Amino acid sequence: MSTTTSNESRSRGKAPAGERLADWADGRLGIYSLAKANLRKIFPDHWSFMLGEVCLYSFIIIILTGVYLTLFFHPSMNEVEYHGSYVPLQGQLMSEAYRSTLNISFDVRGGLLIRQIHHWAALVFLGGMFVHMMRVFFTGAFRKPREINWLFGFLLFVLGMFTGFTGYSLPDDLLSGTGIRFMEGAILSVPIVGTYISFFLFGGEFPGHDFVARFYSIHILLLPGIMLGLVVGHLILVFYHKHTQFAGPGRKNTNVVGMPLMPVYMAKAGGFFFLVFGVIAAIAAIASINPIWTMGPYRPDQVSTGAQPDWYMGFAEGLIRAMPGWEINFWGHTLVLGVFIPLVLFGVVLMVIAAYPFLEAWVTGDKREHHILDRPRNAPTRTAFGVAWITVYMVGLIGGGNDLIATHFHLSINAVTWFVRIAFFVGPVIAFIVTKRICLGLQRRDRDKVLHGRESGIIKRLPHGEFIEVHEPLSQEQMYTLTAHEQYKPVEIGPTVDENGVERKVKGSEKLRAKLSKAYYGEDSQIPKPTVEEYREITSGHGHH
Amino acid sequence: MSSHDISEENLPEQRGAAQGAVRLADEKNPFADPGLPPHEHRRQDVDERAAKRSERVVALLFTVSMLATIAFIAAYVTIPVDKAIYVFPLGHISALNFALGLTLGTALFTIGAGAVHWARTLMSDVELVDERHPIEASPETRAKVHADFQQGAKDSQLGRRKLIRTTMFGALALVPLSGVVLLRDLGTLPGTKLRHTLWSKGKLLVNMNTNQPLRPSDIAVGSLTFAKPEGLEEKSEEFQDEIAKAALMIVRLQPEDIKDKRELEWSHEGIVAYSKICTHVGCPISLYEQQTHHVLCPCHQSTFDLSDGARVIFGPAGHPLPQLRIGVNDEGYLEALGDFEEPVGPAFWERG
Repeated sequence: MSTTTSNESRSRGKAPAGERLADWADGRLGIYSLAKANLRKIFPDHWSFMLGEVCLYSFIIIILTGVYLTLFFHPSMNEVEYHGSYVPLQGQLMSEAYRSTLNISFDVRGGLLIRQIHHWAALVFLGGMFVHMMRVFFTGAFRKPREINWLFGFLLFVLGMFTGFTGYSLPDDLLSGTGIRFMEGAILSVPIVGTYISFFLFGGEFPGHDFVARFYSIHILLLPGIMLGLVVGHLILVFYHKHTQFAGPGRKNTNVVGMPLMPVYMAKAGGFFFLVFGVIAAIAAIASINPIWTMGPYRPDQVSTGAQPDWYMGFAEGLIRAMPGWEINFWGHTLVLGVFIPLVLFGVVLMVIAAYPFLEAWVTGDKREHHILDRPRNAPTRTAFGVAWITVYMVGLIGGGNDLIATHFHLSINAVTWFVRIAFFVGPVIAFIVTKRICLGLQRRDRDKVLHGRESGIIKRLPHGEFIEVHEPLSQEQMYTLTAHEQYKPVEIGPTVDENGVERKVKGSEKLRAKLSKAYYGEDSQIPKPTVEEYREITSGHGHH
Repeated sequence: MSSHDISEENLPEQRGAAQGAVRLADEKNPFADPGLPPHEHRRQDVDERAAKRSERVVALLFTVSMLATIAFIAAYVTIPVDKAIYVFPLGHISALNFALGLTLGTALFTIGAGAVHWARTLMSDVELVDERHPIEASPETRAKVHADFQQGAKDSQLGRRKLIRTTMFGALALVPLSGVVLLRDLGTLPGTKLRHTLWSKGKLLVNMNTNQPLRPSDIAVGSLTFAKPEGLEEKSEEFQDEIAKAALMIVRLQPEDIKDKRELEWSHEGIVAYSKICTHVGCPISLYEQQTHHVLCPCHQSTFDLSDGARVIFGPAGHPLPQLRIGVNDEGYLEALGDFEEPVGPAFWERG
């Protein structure tokens, strides 16, 4: 600080303490330059933008409650006899991990609450990520420049699944132990290295005495550490790119319209953290989750019926339940396709959605930045693809709960399994076709609305007796919003023979691209949006029909 | 990407400045962007009494939060940890968990509700506009960075000193190997461990529940009995690892119902012993249908026919359950006549 300013401030009397602290910090951290760009940063408003916030806040809640749980949890598989306050398990042999989880639930005051908040928040976190990912997908928010942030988010979803899995396996109860056994069986199916991976993971034979301690460090350190880094990167990129917005009057690809970070978004987003936390705490007060004391400690020779993983693993569970038990034996080896194919499919289905933005970018060849969101109807092929993907995921979930569906709806387990086997292939195709038709129908309706106005619900009787419905013309704001979307034209390869009869070589990838482009933007895949000429002709001519 | 090869004429033309953000309606283009609509005042913006009411609502919510936190502390101190209460429709639940969760939830929720209400009713709701700037650097910046990089690379002489480059890459490629090698002691090698269980010739079949050796007369037709090998005690260090392979289920069939010839040979008076560990991914099988002699794995619903060599009749399992050959010793107890002849549990690469 120069002498002149300090003299000035002294002559005016001391500056407020907060201001002096900020000056002090700025001299060391340069916070003013940072705040200049961000303090009044504009965030657009839409209900769907809060889905990502739900994920962020539940992640913070998980970390806070998780740290508390580590204070009481013993990640040890030493066998002990139980003499705690939960009477039904008195005298039972169990691992220390299971005993300490019982203690957290029955002896630590508030321990059960924190455990339940932790588990509920994990379910909300993964559910939130799934829905947030779909929001980003269906509105095309993954397009340039946000492809990398899409991948960050995807990685968070996948890592979140495994963090959840390692987390609910820690108490070493009968249900989660069964899940671990399932994982071990899946690992064993991997050709060549499967048995080795299994023995290295469990420190020898299943279950051994090591996996709880190992899963513990993976669950509380390795995976959350990576995820924390990804979350920070995700948020930095959101700030850097500035948030996307829906088309509307005054909202362009080159601006961002909304409310400033300070004070509106600080209050709204900060308040929303407390809302999410409050709701999850209330859920944890009234809804029991993972009551491990009713399941008992893990024993590899015991199991309960209706064993289910947490919901986000249900899709993988469904694949493994529906797959026929194919095994190929040759030259003293076994290829366990019945388990290995679902394991691979699990990865493939996830990779497909992760890679989609790059496929679409290749088909459109569009290198521009996109900050205006698409309405799902205006990208019918993408929307149909997304719904088809969700259909595969949901069919997997149904398969994962085939026993519960059979018992609850009094169906044959065999019939449910066969339904899943067929629907896995047929479901996405039907979903694709139906969704595309719906999108095109909605596009037509938008077109009609722009050209003929809104149905007012007022019926008019004409002098000669005919009844007509009065259509009210849209405001210019509405017309702009409904016509703001861009429509691609399909790529043409062009003539393969030039005027001299010389043949031009067309690469296979180009042909494929042209085909895909036609499927995306051809006549059957989008309804041309109304033109000014069409509008003129209708409005100036014979009035409304 | 080969998109450069194809002309980019399929890109829609930009709707840009021509349609401008001017508020005047464009005579020529009815679909033009009319620009931001004028701000509409909220009640609180024009009526100070309404604003005061909002202020009081926010303050009330924050006050409720304070009270809820005090209630949380009071509940923590006064309610015993083992007290159960009946709450409709939840049933009998932990009183402390219920009280702590609801007070904490209220304390948090009302802070959030207060903040959001404050933002929505009192803070300015005038929409502001920020310009976006292209993310790509300007051509000058780009050229400068490229030049700097080339200068740096040149200064390092990495391109010229091939020997340094090669050995450096070599060293950097090799050094992580130490980390890989260190992982070796994560576990023992599989060897033939997955092929053997504790069962061997002469080991008695011990009832899992009563811990007593079984006699043929203990096994009734239609019942399902679980057994472990003699000498395997629950308290022993390796119990979990061993029972994960040796767990046995025993049923008695009418000898004439047994369709499989080998199964009949390996049985005793219609008593057959099968591995309890599912050949799919290793769940213990526990559901027995005595009329059909089917057993069902509750995890993934693989179904085996115990009267026909434990053949898979439905579900994802790939091969039958291994059968244990049993007989009766001189004292009349059921005993194993050897180990399983094939590995129990899920299939693996070396199984063959």
